[in-house]
Amino acid sequence: MKTTFTWKIGGEAGFGIKVSCMMFVRLCVRMGLHIFDYSEYPSLIRGGHNTYQVTVSPDEVFAELHEVDYLVALNEETVRLHLGELTKGASIIYDPDVVHLDAAEFQQKEISLIGVPLKKIVKEVGGPDIMRNMVAIGATIALLCAELTEFEELIAEQFAKKGETIIGQNVDVVRRGYAYVQEKHKRECTHVLTKQEVKSKRMALTVNDAISLGAVAAGCKFYAAYPMTPASSVLETLARWDTKAGIVVKHAEDEISVINMALGASFAGVRSMIGTSGGGFSLMVETLGLAGITETPLVVLNSQRPGPATGLPTWSGQGDLRFVMHAAQDDFPRIVLAPGDVDEAFALTRDAFRLAEKYHVPVIILSDKFLSESQKSTEPFDLGDENIARESMLTQEQIGALTEKYKRYALTESGVSPRTIPGMPGGVHLANSDEHDEYGFTDETSEMRTAQHAKRMKKLEAIAKEIPAQKMYGPESADLTLIAWGSTKGTVREAMRILERENIHINFLHLSHLFPFPVDQVKRVMQNAKRTLLLEGNAAAQLGGLIQQFTLTVPDETFLKYDGRPFFPREVVAKVKEIMSS
Amino acid sequence: MSEPEQPKHRASDFNTSTFPTWCPGCGDFGIWAALKNALVELGREPHDTVVVYGIGCSGNMANNVNTYAFHGLHGRPVPVAEGIKMANHGLTVIVIAGDGDGYGEGLGHFLHAVRGNADITYIVHNNQVYGLTTGQTSPTSDKGYKSKSTPHGVIEEPINPISLALGASGTFVARGYAGDIKHLTSLIVQGVQHKGFSLIDVFQPCVTFNKINTHLWFQKMTVKLEEMGHDPSNREAAIQQAFRRDQLPIGLYYKEDRPAYHEQLSQIAETPLVEHPLEPLTFDELQKEFM
Ligand SMILES: Cc1ncc(C[n+]2csc(CCOP(=O)(O)OP(=O)(O)O)c2C)c(N)n1
Ligand code: SF4
Repeated sequence: MKTTFTWKIGGEAGFGIKVSCMMFVRLCVRMGLHIFDYSEYPSLIRGGHNTYQVTVSPDEVFAELHEVDYLVALNEETVRLHLGELTKGASIIYDPDVVHLDAAEFQQKEISLIGVPLKKIVKEVGGPDIMRNMVAIGATIALLCAELTEFEELIAEQFAKKGETIIGQNVDVVRRGYAYVQEKHKRECTHVLTKQEVKSKRMALTVNDAISLGAVAAGCKFYAAYPMTPASSVLETLARWDTKAGIVVKHAEDEISVINMALGASFAGVRSMIGTSGGGFSLMVETLGLAGITETPLVVLNSQRPGPATGLPTWSGQGDLRFVMHAAQDDFPRIVLAPGDVDEAFALTRDAFRLAEKYHVPVIILSDKFLSESQKSTEPFDLGDENIARESMLTQEQIGALTEKYKRYALTESGVSPRTIPGMPGGVHLANSDEHDEYGFTDETSEMRTAQHAKRMKKLEAIAKEIPAQKMYGPESADLTLIAWGSTKGTVREAMRILERENIHINFLHLSHLFPFPVDQVKRVMQNAKRTLLLEGNAAAQLGGLIQQFTLTVPDETFLKYDGRPFFPREVVAKVKEIMSS
Repeated sequence: MSEPEQPKHRASDFNTSTFPTWCPGCGDFGIWAALKNALVELGREPHDTVVVYGIGCSGNMANNVNTYAFHGLHGRPVPVAEGIKMANHGLTVIVIAGDGDGYGEGLGHFLHAVRGNADITYIVHNNQVYGLTTGQTSPTSDKGYKSKSTPHGVIEEPINPISLALGASGTFVARGYAGDIKHLTSLIVQGVQHKGFSLIDVFQPCVTFNKINTHLWFQKMTVKLEEMGHDPSNREAAIQQAFRRDQLPIGLYYKEDRPAYHEQLSQIAETPLVEHPLEPLTFDELQKEFM
């Protein structure tokens, strides 16, 4: 009996798939299991094919597996589209009154057909059509040889606000689905869902959720955004928390306003963050430079989706690395971070606020649809007990001790000139978009321009020293070294697991800090590796170009994907095998 | 806020070490003087006031007023000011913009700030031309106005900022003239005292590039609403005045009391956001949502 499995549900948009799946995930996490989920949907509110899937295991899951053990097909299209993903021995749960499948065909493929009259059961209870998903979950729990009590408790808790009738109906349909399978499809369990002992309750959350928590933990008090998939859930989550967390959340009229508002709030001394996707980021570009020249801290989330322009609004890609690194005219220091999972997203978001404030620079966090909308299970985040320290900011006492008029853009050794904020007597200054002198007054002389520009760029030296060692996975020495950044981390780790089971050992360098570029480490890895494979979700090998630029080395092989889907572990496994056998 | 008996400052206290670079006779000098006078009259300190500037001849005033200042981008000073006000509503926040700045690039921000009633005072130097970029047409140029960018004359009708602000539920809508510093000072004082968004569109002769809308022309064309018995609580009357072409009314068109944007945020009802401790008010409770 296996304990790791992948469950998938598919149907038309508007079938209410998401809500019920979230409940199934919550059930698994409450039972002490690990999960990783993934959804695909078109940019439509009704119609169009939607899927949602989750991989469940007693061990940590780094990415969803694309081999499906249980497929809930709410329509025929789901079976047709995902047949190829089914494992040997997989089960299809479907409503024989709606979906017509030829038993002989599936028997040949060693796939079990689990017909459950989803629609009829919902009708018996007098519930709405979307309750079919709940019947299917009841059926799934029966197939997994688990009991219903836990799930019933969860229904009561999650639907508490909706009232007794809704709770009763849901419990009823789940029980009927469960009983139907026990009665009509009695069989040996192929996978089991069993409760695991855990030290503390785990969470299941997306990278957007982790970023929201990271922002709150870092003392972010102002968040502005204009809705854009896949960044919108940060706006919605923080807005939901605004009074609880004491944070002002502004849905502004456009992204240009978003970034200018955040810059204003930051200039006034409040830790500020904004979030968008590539299209909105494009509108923000001029102001990103304004943050650079006025030396105003700012944290910017860009959750990528494939482009250009509207591109594929609800799909994933890694095509914005070069864009965010170079966005806005001329040079100014900035930091680009790309977390690979929820834990990194939380930690890096917290650090982004520290870095932005310490160096008075914009810090850009890159996520993408895959990370932003996939939930992963993890342990609760630990805040530690240190208070958050303000950095590179003068106190009123320090201003009082100044022996000359305060200089906002003092030419300092490190390039960082401590700031004051409005309201502080003695700290009055002009934060200037025009090139300026040490006080902030417009100055176009060759000497001052050179001095100020060099001062700003100087900050990169100190920032580079703060870049931690990038994570390396696998044995120290291997026949193949894989290099990737951001969201591909989990997929590669999951692929390494599969390879290890087949006795193929590779190692993997994951970059979460893209700019300043971790030159020395990458150079070392490139020089010491027997063979390198670069893996990226874009067409131009954008990281590959950086490696070439900064280390004067070129990866031996590249694996690029830009079809809007994330890499799947099997694809990585196949690629590695292909390379290693050539 | 009531006027202090003895002004704490003189207008010259709001000067900086640099003198404006405007052309001699430019209307910007009058607005500069009126702004400093108003700050004196309001009893403001350089450190409790923030002026946000756009880009243009108008925005170049950033170098010449001794308060906290943010010189932003062309068209974008309004959202910066809104952000500052949300972060610290204890500050007096004023925006200086040009008509290209404010009604061209920044038209959207302007209308949204009006409808949100953000508590900022928006002073627009309306010279009906682009000064800093040497004389192209502006959104407020009269139809038919010939300029370097419109040699055959402007085809569009001019933007009417007064009616736009009224149409967007503006709570303080006024117009001044840079040549009447005393009158303009009074409008700025009232605008800053008003809790909510105050638009002060200012006729500002550009002596170098606009040879039509000159000081002489404005002196002939402007009439004072106060002297006409206009009732600033009457929106319909304000709209009528806004569309007059025979003469150009200056003064307070319309005023209404409505809560400002920041006054409707319960998170900052007690203390300005900037004074909140950085440590999160709650964290475990938020994490629990994911368990
Ligand atoms: C995004 C952007 N576009 C164009 C410019 C060039 N530019 C600077 S000032 C200006 C117009 C100035 O006219 P106005 O706003 O009316 O101000 P004035 O100089 O008349 O006071 C323009 C087009 C710019 N700085 N930024
Ligand atoms: S160009 Fe016009 S607006 Fe600019 S300073 Fe000269 S007179 Fe004033």
